Amino acid sequence: MRFLIYRYDPDADKTPRMQAYELDGFEDGAMLLDALFRIKAQDETLSFRRSCGEGVCGSDAMNINGRNGLACITPLDSLKEPVEIRPVPGMPVIRDLIVDMEPFYHQYRAVKPWLTVHDPEPEAEFLQSPEQRDQLDGLYECILCGCCSTACPSFWWNPDKFRGPAALLQAWRFLADSRDQATGERLAELEGPYRLFRCHSIMNCVDVCPKGLNPTKAIGHIKQLMLKHLV
Amino acid sequence: MERRHFDTLVIGSGGGGLRAALQLAQGEANVAVVSKVFPTRSHTVAAQGGMNAALANVVPDNWHWHMYDTVKGSDYLGDQDAIEYMCRAASHLVVELEHAGVPFSRLPNGKIYQRPFGGQSQDFGGDQAARTCAAADRTGHAILHTLYQQNIHAKTHFFDEYFAIDLIRDEEDFILGAVVLNIATGEPLLIEAKTTLLATGGVGQLFRTNTNARINTGDGMAMALRAGIPVQDMEFFQFHPTGIAGKGMLITEGVRGEGGYLVNKDGERFMERYAPHAKDLASRDVVSRAIAIEIREGRGCGPDADHVLLKLEHLGPEVIKKRLPGILDMARTFANVDPIKEPIPVFPTAHYTMGGIPTNRFGQVVMPLEHSAEEAIPGLYAVGECACVSVHGANRLGGNSLLDIVVFGRAAGNHIIEFLKENRYHRPMKDEWVERALSRLARWEQSGEGESVDVLRDELQRTMEHYCGVFRTEEVLAEGVEKVKALAKRLDAVRLRDQSKVFNTARIEALELENLVSLGLATVKSALARQESRGAHSRMDYPDRDDERWMKHSLYFEDGRVEYKPVRTKPMSVDTFPPKPRVY
Repeated sequence: MRFLIYRYDPDADKTPRMQAYELDGFEDGAMLLDALFRIKAQDETLSFRRSCGEGVCGSDAMNINGRNGLACITPLDSLKEPVEIRPVPGMPVIRDLIVDMEPFYHQYRAVKPWLTVHDPEPEAEFLQSPEQRDQLDGLYECILCGCCSTACPSFWWNPDKFRGPAALLQAWRFLADSRDQATGERLAELEGPYRLFRCHSIMNCVDVCPKGLNPTKAIGHIKQLMLKHLV
Repeated sequence: MERRHFDTLVIGSGGGGLRAALQLAQGEANVAVVSKVFPTRSHTVAAQGGMNAALANVVPDNWHWHMYDTVKGSDYLGDQDAIEYMCRAASHLVVELEHAGVPFSRLPNGKIYQRPFGGQSQDFGGDQAARTCAAADRTGHAILHTLYQQNIHAKTHFFDEYFAIDLIRDEEDFILGAVVLNIATGEPLLIEAKTTLLATGGVGQLFRTNTNARINTGDGMAMALRAGIPVQDMEFFQFHPTGIAGKGMLITEGVRGEGGYLVNKDGERFMERYAPHAKDLASRDVVSRAIAIEIREGRGCGPDADHVLLKLEHLGPEVIKKRLPGILDMARTFANVDPIKEPIPVFPTAHYTMGGIPTNRFGQVVMPLEHSAEEAIPGLYAVGECACVSVHGANRLGGNSLLDIVVFGRAAGNHIIEFLKENRYHRPMKDEWVERALSRLARWEQSGEGESVDVLRDELQRTMEHYCGVFRTEEVLAEGVEKVKALAKRLDAVRLRDQSKVFNTARIEALELENLVSLGLATVKSALARQESRGAHSRMDYPDRDDERWMKHSLYFEDGRVEYKPVRTKPMSVDTFPPKPRVY
């Protein structure tokens, strides 16, 4: 199987290059991450992030044949050759497939992603009906891999001003939580032409999310709620 | 070299580290969290089934029953004061997490959903309890993200993607912080701290097939060893009954909690023979051994008869989608089966390090010094899988690890706040102590021809799997010790071909390999020394538990010495649960 991998080490390279690798003899069901491990065993200078290897930690987001995804849950037999692997787009590259995720994390922190309750807390748990809890499904599962935001043209143009799909999904996760009491503050934070409204429903985020989540829909819900609060 | 100063340095950003950091930040301490990965990539994120607490939301329950189950589950090696403390704190701490935002699944009455898990009983060994609080089968993810979010809110200082090299210990045995490495730039940084908390997780990467993340290389335990501190009970390594066969991804015990069960090639529910009462919900060590025996005796499934099947299709698509959505994904992606229609092939897989850095129930690291066998090392704390309190003893119950990290993360935070009141200033730092830590890095600057990190790690993992697996004997373990020693020798000949300073992951893997090798030796040596079978440690040459000789904790030191200390059998307020035969 042939691979073409984006290589750049600022310590050694003036400009990025694509390096070819060829490997065979993969087991049935092998994932792209397995191939990267074998390449790294031959060439330890190849750098990429990885951890859980099962799609829950969100470390190994990369651009695979032009599409963002997680290497650990991308089956090799689903990929056309040569498999072209690049860092996720729109972020400063640190080295090889490793990008500086800080602009992404900054936007995540900016939506104040924590439950906010103003009333005194009861001694026991807050009561929440199963139906109210269902509202959080499809939201809380986000693994912050960044596949969505780094696939979003609006985020590429305005990574400092537009919150991006991942952060907005989290904004809605708290707005949708029956326990949260900061609806007004959360909506006010998202006003203006950029933070929320740079989303033009291109839906790349939905297309690439490795967990099957739908940030565009969450953004739509925020916009509707904003409208409801205006009238 | 750059220096930073904090009240507390927390190393590791899983649930234990983040729960402690939150307690400290909310207590107005200046706290830094150093982690080699972005916090939500820590392995707590992969915990599935839930967290135990006797909330009694589903069936009657109380902390004392939970305590009994935990002592019994530990095969009487757990320290009963710490177990009482943990089980009593559990309900309050689950509620605290819920208030912090954890999206627990819910019962029709709006309370937290709880499911049955292995080793749980009502009324001291009676009917099955339902004690495990769950957010579907993504409870670890839900808890870790919530704790991270609350830490952002509390303004904890995060040093993301910094690798801890070594602790600094002064002549009076105080720990003064650590030298860490900025992975992105390759520059070392000295973090001086009045208190240091290790929360670096377990060492599942010792074994070839494991349920663990690649990052679980026991860095904190190895740092403790190098600082002259022993590791406790390392011979007890948990094999989870249901890893995906041949691959290792975890399939939660929650599957059996929801009503799934194991069958052999004849379609027989074989657990009925091994644990007539609890069946598939016996303790993990019991179920793992049963699977291994079924396969050894030729009743395994598949063309190579090398696994058993976990059946859950009878639960119906509704329950599976609602309660086990992560498992549904995982089985489809990695086992190539659709659990709505067909069973999942499973095999016992290396999962959890019961042993670790010895601590008391306040999270203080303790070791034999001048005055007693359990003297606190001033300024040093450890919590979670890297620590050994010991609440899990010889076998951890499912659902008790998320509980452990939250309970002792919080307890350590509280104790640190008290310690800081008495120790208000940084102690003097000497360059030679810092140099010692830096020499660990310098060693990897040697270039030239040599062995590779990858080959050695692979050999270590195969060696541990073969010589220190589910069933053990004197002969095999002794051979294992020699093999790991030989690997430790070869480590000197390993050279890095990648000498870049920028995000050099090869260098990190080399530092991790050093940690793995020293803990591999600790594990296999402790296992060789213990001549009995208890919990996860099954010696075919010593098939019985021997309370007279062996109801004691092992302490392994870096020079290879194994010493012992007694189990703390006296609880805080209730009567001791004396050892008795363990049947499920």
